[in-house]
Amino acid sequence: MTPVDYSRLLLLLAPEMILVITALAVLAADLIWARDLKDRNRHTIAFSITLFGSLAAVASLMMGTPDPAGATQWLTLGGATTTVKIGLIALTLSALAISTRSPLTSHIGELYLLTLLATVGMLFMASANHLLLAFIALELVSLSFYILVALYRHHKPAAEGALRYFLLGGVSAGFTLFGLSFIYGATGSMAFDQISQQLDGSPPSPLLIVGMVALVIGFGFKIAAVPMHLWAPDAYQAAAPPVGALIASASKLASFYLFARIWTVVLADVAGRGADSSLSAGWLILLAILAAASLILGNVAAIAQTSLKRLLAYSAIAHAGYILIGLMGEQADGIAAVIYYLVTYGLAIVGAFALVLLVEGSDGSDQITAFAGFHRRYPLESFCLLIFILSLAGIPPLAGFFGKFYLFAAALKSGLASNLLFALVVLAVAMSAVSLYYYLKVLKQAYVVPSPNTARRRSDPVLRVVVILMAIGVVALGCFPDILVGDLVADLK
Amino acid sequence: MLSWTVYSSFIGAAVCALWPNLSPTGTRRVALTTALIGFLAALVCCFQYDVDSEQTVQFITEKAWVPSLGIGYLLGADGISLTLVLLTGLAAITGTLFSWNIETRTREFFAFFLTLIGGVYGVFISFDLFLLFVFYEIAIIPKYFLIAIWGSTRREYGAMKLVLYSFAGSALVLIGLLATFVEAGATSFSVLELIKHPFPRDFQLWAFPVTFIGFAILAGLWPFHTWAPTGHVAAPTGASMLLAGVVMKLGAYGALRFPMTLFPMGLAAWRDEIALLAVIGIVYGATVALVQRDFKFVIGYSSVSHMGFVLLGLMATSEVGLSGAVLQMFSHGVLASLLFAVVGRMVYARTHTKDLTELEAMQLARRLPFAAGTFVVAGFAGMGMPGFSGFIAELQVLIGAWNTFPSFAVVAGIGIIIGVTYTLRAMTKAFFGEASEFADDPAPPLTSITGPEKIGAVLLITATTLVGLYPRILLDLIVPSLNSPMFKPLLEP
Amino acid sequence: MNSFPLISFLTILPALGTVFLWSRGRHMSAHGVQRTGYLFSGLSFLVVAILGLQFDTSSGELQAVERYDWIPTLGVEYAVGIDGLSLLMIGLTALLVPMSLRAADPTCARPHHFVALVLLLQTGLIGTFTTLNFFHWFLFWEISLIPAFFLIWTWGGPNRRSAALQFFVYTFVGSIGLLLAFLGLFAATGTFDFATLAEQARDGSLMSSLASNLAWADIPIRWIGLILFALAFLGVAVKVPLYPFHTWLPTTYSEAPTAVTILLTGLMSKMGVYALLRLIVPIFRDQMLLVATPLLFLAVLTIVLSAFAAYRQEDLKRVFAYSSINHLGYCFLGVFALVSGSAFDSSWNAEAAAAVNGVVLQMFNHGIVAGFIFYLVGRLEQRSQGVRGINDFGGLRERAPQFATALGVALFASLGLPGLNAFIGEFLIFKGAFALVKWAPAIATLGLLITAVFLLGVIQKVLTGPLNPKWQDFPDLNSGERSIVAPCLVIMLLVGLFPQLLIRFFNASTLRYLAQLGGLE
Repeated sequence: MTPVDYSRLLLLLAPEMILVITALAVLAADLIWARDLKDRNRHTIAFSITLFGSLAAVASLMMGTPDPAGATQWLTLGGATTTVKIGLIALTLSALAISTRSPLTSHIGELYLLTLLATVGMLFMASANHLLLAFIALELVSLSFYILVALYRHHKPAAEGALRYFLLGGVSAGFTLFGLSFIYGATGSMAFDQISQQLDGSPPSPLLIVGMVALVIGFGFKIAAVPMHLWAPDAYQAAAPPVGALIASASKLASFYLFARIWTVVLADVAGRGADSSLSAGWLILLAILAAASLILGNVAAIAQTSLKRLLAYSAIAHAGYILIGLMGEQADGIAAVIYYLVTYGLAIVGAFALVLLVEGSDGSDQITAFAGFHRRYPLESFCLLIFILSLAGIPPLAGFFGKFYLFAAALKSGLASNLLFALVVLAVAMSAVSLYYYLKVLKQAYVVPSPNTARRRSDPVLRVVVILMAIGVVALGCFPDILVGDLVADLK
Repeated sequence: MLSWTVYSSFIGAAVCALWPNLSPTGTRRVALTTALIGFLAALVCCFQYDVDSEQTVQFITEKAWVPSLGIGYLLGADGISLTLVLLTGLAAITGTLFSWNIETRTREFFAFFLTLIGGVYGVFISFDLFLLFVFYEIAIIPKYFLIAIWGSTRREYGAMKLVLYSFAGSALVLIGLLATFVEAGATSFSVLELIKHPFPRDFQLWAFPVTFIGFAILAGLWPFHTWAPTGHVAAPTGASMLLAGVVMKLGAYGALRFPMTLFPMGLAAWRDEIALLAVIGIVYGATVALVQRDFKFVIGYSSVSHMGFVLLGLMATSEVGLSGAVLQMFSHGVLASLLFAVVGRMVYARTHTKDLTELEAMQLARRLPFAAGTFVVAGFAGMGMPGFSGFIAELQVLIGAWNTFPSFAVVAGIGIIIGVTYTLRAMTKAFFGEASEFADDPAPPLTSITGPEKIGAVLLITATTLVGLYPRILLDLIVPSLNSPMFKPLLEP
Repeated sequence: MNSFPLISFLTILPALGTVFLWSRGRHMSAHGVQRTGYLFSGLSFLVVAILGLQFDTSSGELQAVERYDWIPTLGVEYAVGIDGLSLLMIGLTALLVPMSLRAADPTCARPHHFVALVLLLQTGLIGTFTTLNFFHWFLFWEISLIPAFFLIWTWGGPNRRSAALQFFVYTFVGSIGLLLAFLGLFAATGTFDFATLAEQARDGSLMSSLASNLAWADIPIRWIGLILFALAFLGVAVKVPLYPFHTWLPTTYSEAPTAVTILLTGLMSKMGVYALLRLIVPIFRDQMLLVATPLLFLAVLTIVLSAFAAYRQEDLKRVFAYSSINHLGYCFLGVFALVSGSAFDSSWNAEAAAAVNGVVLQMFNHGIVAGFIFYLVGRLEQRSQGVRGINDFGGLRERAPQFATALGVALFASLGLPGLNAFIGEFLIFKGAFALVKWAPAIATLGLLITAVFLLGVIQKVLTGPLNPKWQDFPDLNSGERSIVAPCLVIMLLVGLFPQLLIRFFNASTLRYLAQLGGLE
């Protein structure tokens, strides 16, 4: 193992470093100056610093990556990873923006610190090229989230939700670690490329299989795939909307990207690629079962929900199912589709949570029925809700449609002959028809159901800007998917 | 020019939705102007269309859209498209005129209305299957809101049922579309390219029924028709006119453009079964219409019956059958619009009842002579009276059917006879009720038929008579296109 | 060829009247409306007269032909023209429509609609009798149904609604059969032109196109032809009608207002016979030959049973409705006899010519006589405030001698008294038919007998005998009525005495017609 040149490493990790510094700066600023100001002003200061830091981080990402030579056993940089990172920062930033208007906590400095640290964790997840780094990053993210959920102290269920999230998250971390160590044990290596060289062509040993199963279970928790989904509805409902948005968007993007890379880079040869119609080897079947169960349970359970947050949670489970199908697809297109899907899904879900926040703030309820007459009170926001929900449902020309389409196309591209994948795609398409039912129920409240409560109101400008930006993002990426997809495919190929 | 049918509709929708301080009257004017622009564009294209050209697909606009997936923005039109574009323009104008009385949420109504129209135009002029599908789905969602917000009888149920059926149909289409794309080498979605790919017979054998039925659900193929009557009945007049008038044609058109064109072998294998369903639809729709008490349901089921002729004509797979089917699409579009206009707007909006027994006592022929006259013309035209468009269309369909499945032709003839019976029954009950000559007229006078209604009705009557007496107007467009190489495999299996 | 499209003009003319009345009639008096009706029907009469004068009686060819391309993709052209048969029929139309208008109740509700519909019906009739292409022939054939339907529906008797519906649906069922058959022919041959189809039928190419183009699983070609024939024949059998497709007729005739009954019996039933002669016989001759015996049997059945039924009726209108069926049964008899033989020699030609001429004459004469009878029954009904039972009257001769004379003459004409017009037609039919096939006319004479019995019964019960005291003040014909009665009587006498006046118009056409069927030139 070559000795690490730390100055070079710092240079390579400039964006992450900038975010860490920003996090500390926010905390310091809040504790030192802003303590006695009104919450709103503290938010303004904190958010301004965060915005500045984030933009700097994005700028340093955009400037290009120095040659990562010598660090490849630890990190992967550039290409699709950069896109993912920019996406992560953007999603975090928008979640933070709506948190400025959320009565989430009075520990404002800590809120920003934790969120930014989670972001750093997620960036490392995206970059990780090493099992250990991946695990540490994962834990950094998880720990931050446990606290973030619990921060919403005056919300009663928050504590319970946080505890459940924490306990199950701990179990998941255990499984993940277990899995990683077995993989290490089976291959004697922790760097991704070395592991994949080790595995080249050889059939998986029982040890490795156990490791892989454990890893799938661990990640299954992270991405809330059935049957490891039990924490999700409670956590979504318990968390403040901005935190919920963060868990649903950025965290998912990072987890899936890491998972996708372990899957397609490290374990590609033993995975049993989608193109192989034989199911005897590999863990394709495992993922397929996970995907199918998530699709069915997520969509069916969502129908019965009355709380919009829980509905979004179950729909998130279903979306995990769609994305898993993409993972089984053809490599480059599959990952590109997964990234595209998660970014656009993130935009829509952040927007939706912002609107949940808006309604929760004015009506104190996250019930779907609280949206009755929404279009009268907030016509513009209502229109944005329409866009988000329809995007989630996968209606063109919104991004959600192209995302699904691309996922399915990627899955089928790897082999129309594979009955398993084809059956999964059929199931997913059918389930997306089911999902339209509950999404329309939301829109029905917003647009159709009359409400006595029709006085027009003005929403907070920050929320409004965030929502509109998200909506524009969803529409623009939907109409012109090539903005994102073109580069991704080029990079991944 | 052609693309402006789509653009103008979407721009009109955006203006209706977003233009500040637009009054209801202003909105109506915007909508009417938009519809007129679309119609004029269609008309100009019809005149500019070069019938003698070898290249039947003209007015091509082609741009790369998502190059990595071979998705192009490819608009164009052949004679079949133009016929239906013309129909859409007509339905848009008259639909707007018959929606003149919408006072609640006028802006939203016309925004959804024009979005729907834009989607419909888009489907008819897309030669890229992905684009076609996008427009196809764009047309689905506005239907929900149009029905659920402004509808009548069981509107939410009707709207949800209609949308879920449409979406289920499009899910089937999506599966077929993805499979076709992958099967053909995953390089292009353009019909003009895909047609060159010889799809293997095994593939066609399953892909054809999947995609065909997906489209045919929207065309009201028995037994997947049940959404149509409930949806049409629940919808507000303008929307029923569009739904029955053009949206059902989307299904038939899509079926012709995609599965039938690309999978001639699949078509040959499944032709008899589908023709059987079509014929059952003809007879079943007519029979059910015969026993309805609700005036609007009579028309709703008659649509199922008439669309059966379209599908039967398609299945005849001969030039005369296909041109009959296209002509029937146009004819039924005009007539169904007219019938729904009479029932929904002229009668129901004034008498507030659709119950034939109640209408029987109202002697509407005397009190609303214009409505009665319009219904008489539309009714006779609908039952296939020579001199109107329905006759020439059904005539061609039957000729086609004689060549291919003679016994079905005879059964379809029985369907026509039942059609005569239900039309007469509804007509006499609704307008020429029993007490008309002797009883004094104690009922309060009904509002007389307004200007926009008269203009709309006259436009549609003119269209059906013109095409009925001089079908060359449309046949000269349709037939050369059917003789193009694109349809060669279809016509000569 | 005419430079001026007389026939098209004639077809459109009444429809123009319809449009005019529909748009302006609301503001006109009932009288004005009637006068407008006379104006347009009178103009039509004039045009028919011009056509008649220009008609070359020595030629059996189609005359005054107009042909324009219409729907080239379907090979449909707009083609109209007349031969003697058509000319006679449009002449009959031109005569009966004014009579019908005259018979209309001027005090009815919305007279402008009434007259407008009658004129529209006239357009349909003229179109049907002059068109040479199935496509728009069927258009006119069907379009005439609409006004008839509304006329019965709105202005008919107490059961008018069910009668109108029954009439429309029955007739439409027949029409669909006809339509399907011709679509089948088109699917096989690609043409709707009557002459072309007949030509193909004669040289046998029709059957071979049917065999090669209609995908019937394993049904032999013979049966395909027969099925098509059955479908096409259904249209005619309902329209005319033939037993057992007649059930709509008595109700319809008796419920329809008199003016409409005149048109129904005088003209619309002729559409059926005309279609039989023009469409079905030339195209389906071979098939008819196969089933000639059952067809003849049906014709005989029609004649005998309807005569019996008429005998059993109480209601005058129903009596004459059945009598109408009976008289048109002779037309069937003549036509079926015509197609029952296939030995084309000179004697066949002579007998067949007699039969066809008889059928054509019978069409004309029955139109005049039945129309006239129904007109008179209508007057009777108007005087009796709707009473029209056969036993409700008696001795009207005493109070209304002119009326009684007119009705008496009409009834005698109807039962075929020599010297009056109907005799000559029936005589020719029987003469021709008897020579061609023996048994059917022999049985059919039974029908003649019963007809005589019940018609004499009518005369006896209504016109003669003791005067029913209810009708003490029964008024005789007024001048307006005389203006209809007189010409009718003149026509009946003239044609009865000098049938050559009419026959010369269509004799040449008949011979050509037979030649086309395969007879001698």
